[in-house]
Amino acid sequence: MADASAKQVLFEPIFSNNPIALQILGICSALAVTTSMNVTLVMCMAVIAVTAFSNLAVSLVRTQIPGSIRIIVQMTIIASLVIVVDQVLKAYAYEISKQLSVFVGLIITNCIVMGRAEGFAMKNGPWLSFLDGVGNGMGYSVLLIFVAFFRELLGAGSLFGVSLMPVVNEGGWYIPNGLLLLPPSAFFIIGLAIWGLRTWKPEQVEEADFKMSRHTVKEAF
Amino acid sequence: MAKAKETVSRTLMVALVLSVAFSVVVSTAAVMLRPAQVQNQNLDIRSNILAAAGMLEEGATAEEIEETFSRFDVRLVDLDSGDYVDPGAVGVKEPMKYDMYKAASDPSMSIDIPASEDKAGIKRRPNVAKIYTLSENGELVRVVLPIHGYGLWSTLYGFVSLEGDANTIEGLGFYDHAETPGLGGEVDNPRWKSQWVGKEVYGDELKEPQIRLVKGGVGAGASDKEHKVDALSGATLTSRGVEQLVNYWMGDRGFAPYLKKLREGEV
Repeated sequence: MADASAKQVLFEPIFSNNPIALQILGICSALAVTTSMNVTLVMCMAVIAVTAFSNLAVSLVRTQIPGSIRIIVQMTIIASLVIVVDQVLKAYAYEISKQLSVFVGLIITNCIVMGRAEGFAMKNGPWLSFLDGVGNGMGYSVLLIFVAFFRELLGAGSLFGVSLMPVVNEGGWYIPNGLLLLPPSAFFIIGLAIWGLRTWKPEQVEEADFKMSRHTVKEAF
Repeated sequence: MAKAKETVSRTLMVALVLSVAFSVVVSTAAVMLRPAQVQNQNLDIRSNILAAAGMLEEGATAEEIEETFSRFDVRLVDLDSGDYVDPGAVGVKEPMKYDMYKAASDPSMSIDIPASEDKAGIKRRPNVAKIYTLSENGELVRVVLPIHGYGLWSTLYGFVSLEGDANTIEGLGFYDHAETPGLGGEVDNPRWKSQWVGKEVYGDELKEPQIRLVKGGVGAGASDKEHKVDALSGATLTSRGVEQLVNYWMGDRGFAPYLKKLREGEV
C-alpha cells in the first residue's frame, strides 16, 4: 500500500474497496441518517471532512505517537474534529444539524474514521493520507446517497424535500411505503447494493468460510 | 528512534501536548461560533412561535421573523395563580431570558407532578411559564402557550395558539420530537395541523379541556366536533400522547387558571 498512487488512493474506495460495501464499516449511521437526501448530503460532507482531516492530522504526528497510546491519540484527534464540525453545523446549518442531532457526534464512533487512521494514516505520508480520507469519505457517501435516494423517493415521495410523487396524506395518489422510513429498510437497500456491486465486480465476492459436503447418506426410500 | 518513542516520560509528553493543542482547537471553535449558534436557536424558537400562531410566511427572512415577533409581548405566568409575574421573581432580567424547561429540573422553581395527574408524562412542572401575547389596539387578540409531553418515543415540545377568547385554537405545532417518521412524525404534516384551527378547547362551562383525537376522522355530523381532531393513522400512542398533553396543559394544572383570568379580564 505504501507505494499506492494518489489516484488509486482517492478513487479505489468508491467502488473497488468501498468502506460500507466491502469492508462493511459505518453501517450504523447509514441506517440512521438516510431518510432524506438533504440530511444525508450534509452528513456525508461532515464525514468526508472528518476522515480527511483526521487522516491528515494522524499522519502528520505519526512518527511521534508512542505505540502504547496510539489509539487514544487517534481518538482525541477524531473527537476534536467531530466537535468542531458539529459546532460549525450548529452555526451555519442549524435546521439540518437539528435533524442530524446526535449522529454528528456519533461520527466519532464511525469505524471508517478510526479504521483509516489506524490502517492507513499511521503508515503513510500526510498528502496520501488526506486523499485516502477523502476517498473513503466519498465511498461512504456514494452508498449513503444511493440508500437515501430510494428511501426518500419511495418512503416520502420526494427528493431533497421536493415532492415528486404527491402522497395520499397531502391529497396526491402515492401511498408511501412507511417501511422505507424505518431503519431496517436501509439494511435491505445496502444488502441489494452489495449484491449489485459484487455482481458487477465478482472479485469482491468473498470465499465461502466452509463448503457444504455432498449428501452421502442414502435415504430409506 | 523506536526505542526513544516508548519511554514513559515521552508518552506523557505526547499525551499532554496533544491534549492541550486539541483543547485549544475545540474551545476556539466553540467560542467563535457561539454567537451564530445562539442567534440560530433564538430564530428557531421565534419562527416556531409564529408558525403556531399562523403568522409565519413561507421563506421569511431572519429580519422579517424578528420584525413580526417583536409585535408579541413575552410574559411570565405563575401557573397556579394565573397571574403575571416579574422576571425578577425567577431570577432573570427580561422575560425572554427565562427557560421554563431548565426551571422544571430545579426543585425550587418547579413541582413534582403526582403520577395520577401526570397525563402528559413530564414528571415535573415549572411554577412559572413563558408565554407570548399579541395585542392590537390595546385588546388581546392572540396568546401562544408552550406545551410539551410524552408521545411514543420522545417528549414532544410545541406551541398552541389561542384566540383572544382564550378558548378557540388558532394553530398548534411541535418543534421538537422524535416520533416515528411517516407515522407519529406526521404531527408535522401541515394538513393534519390545519385541522386544529377553529377547534375549541373547553366545553360550555369553560371548565375542563375537551380535546379528543378520534379514529376514523371527524365527519360533518359528528357530535362535539368542535373538540375533535382526526388522530394520526398508524400512530395510536403518539395521538394519545398529543391528546393528553394538550388537555394537561389546558387543564387546572396547566394554563386553565391563567386563561380563566384572561377571559374575565383580571390579568
